[in-house]
Amino acid sequence: MTTQDIIKPENLVYAKPSIMNDNTMHYCPGCSHGVVHKLVAEVIEEMGIVDKTIGISPVGCAVFAYNYIDIDWQEAAHGRAPAMATAIKRLLPDHCVFTYQGDGDLAAIGTAETIHACNRGENIAIIFINNAIYGMTGGQMAPTTLEGMKTSTCPYGRDVTLNGYHLPIGNLVAQLEGTRYVTRQSVHTAAAVRKAKAAIKKAFENTLAPEKKGASFVEIVSTCNSGWKMSPKDANDWMVENMFKAYPIGDLKNI
Amino acid sequence: MAKIKGAVEVNTNRCKGCELCVVACPAKVLGMSKQVNAKGYNYACMVNPDACIGCASCGIVCPDGCISVYKVKIEN
Ligand SMILES: Cc1ncc(C[n+]2csc(CCOP(=O)(O)OP(=O)(O)O)c2C)c(N)n1
Ligand code: SF4
Ligand code: SF4
Ligand SMILES: [Mg+2]
Repeated sequence: MTTQDIIKPENLVYAKPSIMNDNTMHYCPGCSHGVVHKLVAEVIEEMGIVDKTIGISPVGCAVFAYNYIDIDWQEAAHGRAPAMATAIKRLLPDHCVFTYQGDGDLAAIGTAETIHACNRGENIAIIFINNAIYGMTGGQMAPTTLEGMKTSTCPYGRDVTLNGYHLPIGNLVAQLEGTRYVTRQSVHTAAAVRKAKAAIKKAFENTLAPEKKGASFVEIVSTCNSGWKMSPKDANDWMVENMFKAYPIGDLKNI
Repeated sequence: MAKIKGAVEVNTNRCKGCELCVVACPAKVLGMSKQVNAKGYNYACMVNPDACIGCASCGIVCPDGCISVYKVKIEN
């Protein structure tokens, strides 16, 4: 049997989700953002909620997320996505409303919005891409940057005496009464991607279950191979070795 | 016993040559082309097509949604 005999529509077992359109994504080759976009699109498509899902895109590399997944979107000012999601979800309570945010957006300029939206128990999903760096603006240190990790603004490594410690904001929001599901996942292997997809699905389902209130927070420990100045493969290996120690994978809360 | 055979199709225009699919494939089916696409990237291709088991690991990890995976069961 030749390759041509196998490549037929009836034998198709995997393809890009159809609501992920054909626009070329602007992300660097190998960037985790692309994988997570694909998962968000797959989950929305499989749940049959294309017409009742609203995404809030951030400021950061994912600023153009709305160009790639064909659902309704609203762009937020830097860090304000959870506040905007709060308003939209309260006005349209039967919709699945989610934010998609980087660590600079969610855990630096938007720390207050993140914590208060979670603490108010808003019925929203937060997809958090933690690559420990400001990717978009050229790889500056973020609150999430690891101790000793080199960035363009700490070229000798993050010095705790000067800059303090990496901020495990997932653990912080897990402490709050207002969160019902907090998990930390990654997308560096096929098995990890499958788990991350299940987590995103659970978070989206939670937003549509009004009998129980609370925010769902899915952190994806990610790579920014450009900002880290590594090949995509080396960035994944570096993440497993270093990021997973500071940000261990698994559920932090599930009620 | 039934045998599983797979094949992948790469959207070579969309591929950015990150090589994550090559790393993800458990059967070492994929490699990178010598040619470049319109964006200037070497793109992924099957260098060992007979080994493909249609597991879709490559497609699942591809950040740009470039890979479609096909699978057949051959009864003998
Ligand atoms: C009010 C405001 N302050 C600062 C900036 C500059 N800025 C743009 S993106 C960004 C950080 C992005 O980092 P992150 O959220 O981690 O996203 P990534 O690019 O890493 O995915 C900053 C500081 C801005 N656009 N607006
Ligand atoms: S700069 Fe980093 S986060 Fe931004 S697209 Fe490139 S790899 Fe991804
Ligand atoms: S993972 Fe996707 S973008 Fe990267 S080399 Fe393979 S097909 Fe190309
Ligand atoms: Mg970042």
